[in-house]
Amino acid sequence: MLVTWAYISNYLVYSAMGVFALSFLAHAFETAWAVRAPEQSAKDTGSTLTKTLDYTRTERAARIATALMILGFLLLLGGVIARGISAKHVPWGNMYEFSISGALAFTGAYLFALRKHDLRWLGLFVSISALLTVGTAITLLYRDSAPLVPALQSTWLVIHVMAAIISGGVFLLANVIAGSYLYLEAMESRGERKPWAKRLPDLETLDQLSYRLIAFVFPLWTFSVIAGAIWAEAAWGRYWGWDPKETWAFITWVAYAAYLHARVTIGWRGKRAAWLCLFAGSTFLFNYVYVNVWGTGKHTYSGL
Amino acid sequence: MTTEPTLPELGATGLLRFMWRQLTSMRTALILLMMLGVAAIPGSFIPQRAQNPMAVRQYYIDQPELARWIERFSGFTVYSSPWFSAIYILLFISLIGCVLPRSFEHFQAMRALPPMTPRNLSRMESFQEFVGNGSEFSKAQEWFKKERFRIRNEEGAISAEKGYLRETGNLLFHLSLILILIGVSVGSLFGMRGEAIVNKGERFINLPTSYDNLQFGKLIKEDSLQPFTIEVLDFVAKYDPVTNAPKDYTATVRITNSGETTSKIKSLKVNSPLTFGNTRVYLQANGYSPIVTVRDSTGQVALQGPVTFLPQDGNLRSIGSIKVPDADPQVGFVASFLPTYVRDGSEGGISVFPEALDPKMLFSIWEGDLGLDSGIPQSVYRIDTSKMKRIALASLKPGESYSYPQGSITFETFVPWINLQIVDDPGKGYALYGAIAAILGLLASLFGRRRRIWIRITSTGVVEVAGLAKNGAPGLDIEIERFVSHLKKEM
Repeated sequence: MLVTWAYISNYLVYSAMGVFALSFLAHAFETAWAVRAPEQSAKDTGSTLTKTLDYTRTERAARIATALMILGFLLLLGGVIARGISAKHVPWGNMYEFSISGALAFTGAYLFALRKHDLRWLGLFVSISALLTVGTAITLLYRDSAPLVPALQSTWLVIHVMAAIISGGVFLLANVIAGSYLYLEAMESRGERKPWAKRLPDLETLDQLSYRLIAFVFPLWTFSVIAGAIWAEAAWGRYWGWDPKETWAFITWVAYAAYLHARVTIGWRGKRAAWLCLFAGSTFLFNYVYVNVWGTGKHTYSGL
Repeated sequence: MTTEPTLPELGATGLLRFMWRQLTSMRTALILLMMLGVAAIPGSFIPQRAQNPMAVRQYYIDQPELARWIERFSGFTVYSSPWFSAIYILLFISLIGCVLPRSFEHFQAMRALPPMTPRNLSRMESFQEFVGNGSEFSKAQEWFKKERFRIRNEEGAISAEKGYLRETGNLLFHLSLILILIGVSVGSLFGMRGEAIVNKGERFINLPTSYDNLQFGKLIKEDSLQPFTIEVLDFVAKYDPVTNAPKDYTATVRITNSGETTSKIKSLKVNSPLTFGNTRVYLQANGYSPIVTVRDSTGQVALQGPVTFLPQDGNLRSIGSIKVPDADPQVGFVASFLPTYVRDGSEGGISVFPEALDPKMLFSIWEGDLGLDSGIPQSVYRIDTSKMKRIALASLKPGESYSYPQGSITFETFVPWINLQIVDDPGKGYALYGAIAAILGLLASLFGRRRRIWIRITSTGVVEVAGLAKNGAPGLDIEIERFVSHLKKEM
């Protein structure tokens, strides 16, 4: 019976991958087909000779893309839940399970932010990232559903890891936005934005958005580190031991603290803030990949 | 009066003041914060003595020259190194120098009245004006009171301010970081931490001699161990038959507090330590101890009892050494214990499951000088065979014996052992309360919004309303809209 749930989980995860791929295609279609040829545009407006974008023509594709993204999110959610049922614990016992949950948190953060801001221009990137994360997870990191090792048998697993996964999803989203900022900033400094980039929000909005996301999630990340410390006290007899995972969580925390101070107190904006944001986000990614795969220490369990 | 510009005399006090200002400036604090992050990096790549002493020893064997250089820069003890300490001590001095004056200012500002209403309100954010009917002041006061603004009544105007929680939270957050640091220091100065391996059936008495390693804080007396005993009655490890991963470790122990005649039976698990006053006891690791009897050629028992073996992999292939220093010449056994033995073509004997389903001990017998008198500390798990000669190779199942020219060895049976970690950290309470206060402060400082709202009624009866949000916090427009609609409401 439990094995059946593991199969169901795998089918759902594969389906989510398929749907993310379709969503990616729909987003690509939306952007590509919105481009109008220059002569046509010149005829319409009579003034400019540059290519323009007309997203009203591909509004349907955009809606389909978003609908697919939601469907992919729901399938992945089902996959994560079924994985949990099959193992009889929250599905955060190994790197495969972290990765599918992380992709879930990432797409979830995107869909959540989409309710307030029109971020559909990010959809192309979000769908391909989710696809690649889940794809890597299921091909390279897959492990059979198994019971938790004794060190992980604690309520803190739910609290600590959930906070960490959500923080990670939002950090990555903030990173994507900061990356877009830098790209568009470079494009603008060379002249005008390219047609396809015209729909994207102005630099000021991107700058603010990545700051908001980080300010929102920084307390959660702090909480995740503290919850981890409380758990470590119960499981390992010390709340802080400079284990590689702890060290890098600390580095990430320091980097984001520096980012917030640089913005609020010194008044960094724009390029410098975006670079600092990218740096802080990459310490998080490094922690996830390096410490889990090549690292030693107490955070490595059961072969990944 | 002199017309010459006078240069400030930078005497000793002047220099100190200058350095203090530099140190407590925001820019310096930020640089120190980044430096702390960067300084933490090497410790995650170079093995650390506190976390992994075995790996450090291995590093010395593999790259002795490099290891000596790393040692010179405290690279194996990064987190207690002078340079790492220097960074965080400077950071905290900078923090204190920054936060204490600000706390004082903030305390005064909270008791002071909001600043005067600016002369020209139309320059401020969300400016609105309308013709009033004279009831606006009382309505404004009522609204400000309901919304818990602090107000200053002026001639023809009211200045109101709200959102001090932001700065309060900010200061609370930074002060709690200091509390966390105090907690960490108290823990390392007044705490103790040690480890002891205890075989099933043995009793641990909390005395310094019972420990395999024991460290006291710098300011604590070494005879201050909490008196208690722990007898390991049983230890059960369950493993998943598919993945071989452990499912459960449970030790059943009998504990006795000193002065008490009755004892209690408790179960000790990985996530649920035992507590004796301030001291906590954790189940940290486990393995197997083969019980052996070594006899000399005359049949006299030279050594008998359990010998602790160290696990090497997930299937608990364990290595150990049996040293018989009283034999002449000395005899040593370099041994491995395989809980579920399988013969593997390339690697020889391996273990394929961590539970002892088909246990076997493989060993080589060495004769010569064990080197125990050389004065160099030796691992109990290894034998320095450089001055010894191998005389035999053998393998035994429990109950079997092997005879060699100088004597015999019997592999009687085996017992599990557990590694107890015993910790007294008197500072962790401070650290925990500091951490909780830090989170609360952080939330208040990031989501609190400080803003001012002004209302003025001009001599012609025109009502002017405007506001100012610090740090460009959103939502002021909506708030002023609500305020104005309250003012316009019919009583």
